[in-house]
Amino acid sequence: MKQEYTISIYTENQVGLLSRIAVMFSRRKINVESLNTSPSEVEGIHRFTIVINQEEDVVRKIVRQIEKQVDVLKAYFNTNEEIIWQELALYKVPTDTIAEKAKVERLLRAYGARAVVIRKDYTIFETTGQREEIDTLIQVLQPFGLIEFVRSARVAIIKSSKGFHEKLKDFEQAETSLSENND
Amino acid sequence: MQTDTLATTSNNTEEQIEISGSIAVLKALTAEGVETVFGYPGGAIMPIYDALYDFRENLEHILVRHEQGGIHAGQGYARASGKTGVVFATSGPGATNLVTGLADAMIDSTPLVCITGQVFAHLLGTDAFQETDVINITTPITKWNYQITDANEIPTILAKAFYIAKSGRPGPVLIDITKNAQLQKFSYTGYTKCNHIRSYRPKPIVRKEYVAAAAELINQAKRPLVIFGQGVILGKAETEFKNFIEKANLPSAWTILGLSALETAHPLNVGMLGMHGNYGPNVLTNECDVLIAVGMRFDDRVTGRLDRYAKQAKVIHLDIDPSEIDKNVKADVPVWGDCKETLPMITELLQKIDHSAWIQKFTDCMSKEVEEVIDNELNPTSENMTMGEVINQLNILTKGNAIIVTDVGQHQMVACRYAKFNESKSNITSGGLGTMGFALPAAIGAKYGAKERTVVAIIGDGGVQMTIQELGTIMQNNINVKILILNNRFLGMVRQWQDLFHEKRYSFVDIESPDYVVVAKGYRIEGSSISKREDLIKSLETMLNYPGAYLLEVFVGKENNVFPMVPQGCGVGEIRLK
Repeated sequence: MKQEYTISIYTENQVGLLSRIAVMFSRRKINVESLNTSPSEVEGIHRFTIVINQEEDVVRKIVRQIEKQVDVLKAYFNTNEEIIWQELALYKVPTDTIAEKAKVERLLRAYGARAVVIRKDYTIFETTGQREEIDTLIQVLQPFGLIEFVRSARVAIIKSSKGFHEKLKDFEQAETSLSENND
Repeated sequence: MQTDTLATTSNNTEEQIEISGSIAVLKALTAEGVETVFGYPGGAIMPIYDALYDFRENLEHILVRHEQGGIHAGQGYARASGKTGVVFATSGPGATNLVTGLADAMIDSTPLVCITGQVFAHLLGTDAFQETDVINITTPITKWNYQITDANEIPTILAKAFYIAKSGRPGPVLIDITKNAQLQKFSYTGYTKCNHIRSYRPKPIVRKEYVAAAAELINQAKRPLVIFGQGVILGKAETEFKNFIEKANLPSAWTILGLSALETAHPLNVGMLGMHGNYGPNVLTNECDVLIAVGMRFDDRVTGRLDRYAKQAKVIHLDIDPSEIDKNVKADVPVWGDCKETLPMITELLQKIDHSAWIQKFTDCMSKEVEEVIDNELNPTSENMTMGEVINQLNILTKGNAIIVTDVGQHQMVACRYAKFNESKSNITSGGLGTMGFALPAAIGAKYGAKERTVVAIIGDGGVQMTIQELGTIMQNNINVKILILNNRFLGMVRQWQDLFHEKRYSFVDIESPDYVVVAKGYRIEGSSISKREDLIKSLETMLNYPGAYLLEVFVGKENNVFPMVPQGCGVGEIRLK
């Protein structure tokens, strides 16, 4: 059964690694729903967060292939229940409609949107949350003349993870043990 | 450059000296023990070639005729010697000509370090002359690749390159060096070999519980079957493997890349797996109760249809690459690790068990195969010669001591089926990628990798025309390789499929050949061509005894098919004998 999986990859910070990881998905004709690169809890170690919609068996195999890459330290995959995740979205709407229609203001409050910039001609709102909430707000704002919309990639924290500090110590040693994914 | 800069490197206490990036590259190679480099110069790699001029005493450079020839030679060298092959090419077309060889080395786990020149760093991304994004082109077909734009990186990156190429599951590494970095003078503090990269684990730690579980399964097995691949050769575990199968009397069948890891004549060697493998190992895969896979990856040409593959058996899979476990066939017992370590651990726990009744089944299957296929192939009554009888005569003359390098197609399947081997690392072929044109350059490399051995390249009339320019390399360097062309005047394997599965619609498989003997003569290489059976033995003797390269063309039957065959989409149990 296909479902959303979030893949978290701890890597060295190397030019070219993004493309090395990206081609592993495209080779298998897997669409990447979302991809984020950022620093991790460990200085100098990068963290990729990739979301795909696939069957578990496919995800498990690709994660093993990713982990095999020389510059990859560790890769995990998790279902949505196993992570805390957020996405950020920006919405640009005409300021006059906001000012005129009190309804819009109520809606924005209901969705927890925050005004980032207010100018005479437009206002930019920001929401942070999960995909469904963000997408609903687009629908709601559309009739009021939504000018621009953008949503960020997913960032996710694995609920059960104890972080990478201790793991890295194992990797620093000449002989390292290979443990199952997601332990 | 003074010769004193050629002195031993790998010395940390060495005083700092100013050298160019190019010299640092060559110092890295000599420190890694590289003796032979296959390559082709060009604009963007000229500083390295300039430095190479002063390293002629330390490094043997073989000028090939095409970069594809260079990289296949590097592969042949690696496969015959067990060392890492080294290849030089320039930027742009030089680099893109490596692509087929990189893909071939990647899928066949061959250790290579390829060094490509690149345009000046300030020109990157400007569509400069002979600029190509070789890093991104080669990303999916290299174990690792890296672009150097600063000479200071050269010693550490090359040390990493050699370590990565050879350790764990080997593979090709490509290092792209911009011209400015080759020219740049930097303060060199010596070369230190790499033996650890924190993000890279070449060998998974062996889990004892799986070793014990594997041994227990084997001890309980009534009908065990071992299937082994190149992992045994790459792990230099031939002795450990033999001890393992001998202790519990385990019949053992090989993949095409595992061939020669166990001598052909060994009583437990039950033959070849897969599409054109032997009858017994294929059908009995679906009768065994425990299937023990050692250093092999369940390629689709070995398994046939997966849902009809060994469903009745418990599967034990030994592999150094954890991503191979459960990739195609689910393992009941995954034994991660280098088989040189895991095999003795399992062997120690094995009981001596007599499996002679089970082994007899393989013998019976072989009798059936001899009667229905092999006899006709090796002792044909037809007027035309068969490929099998040529290989058979060659076996008799070489006594199984030659390195056999094959190309891709019918001749490859026939050679692998019938060639006899006494020694490991003697069968060199393009297995995973199926690269026509592989054999001639790979044979050149094999000869440099095993100078004392006889190297015979067996090639079809299709494949030989793909890299025939390497006759020039053979000519210039007086390379003593024997070139045996089995000419059936067809692209035989494609024709066979058209015959069997496309109603004999022979679409573009009728290929004409030049007069190979005349071509060889043009390259000042001796040769002859035969089409009559009575000339076969004498011609093979002439070829083998000739003190130098020799090309022998043998015309064989035009429309012979290779059997047995597991047709695509069928299970191994559905193997056809005709």
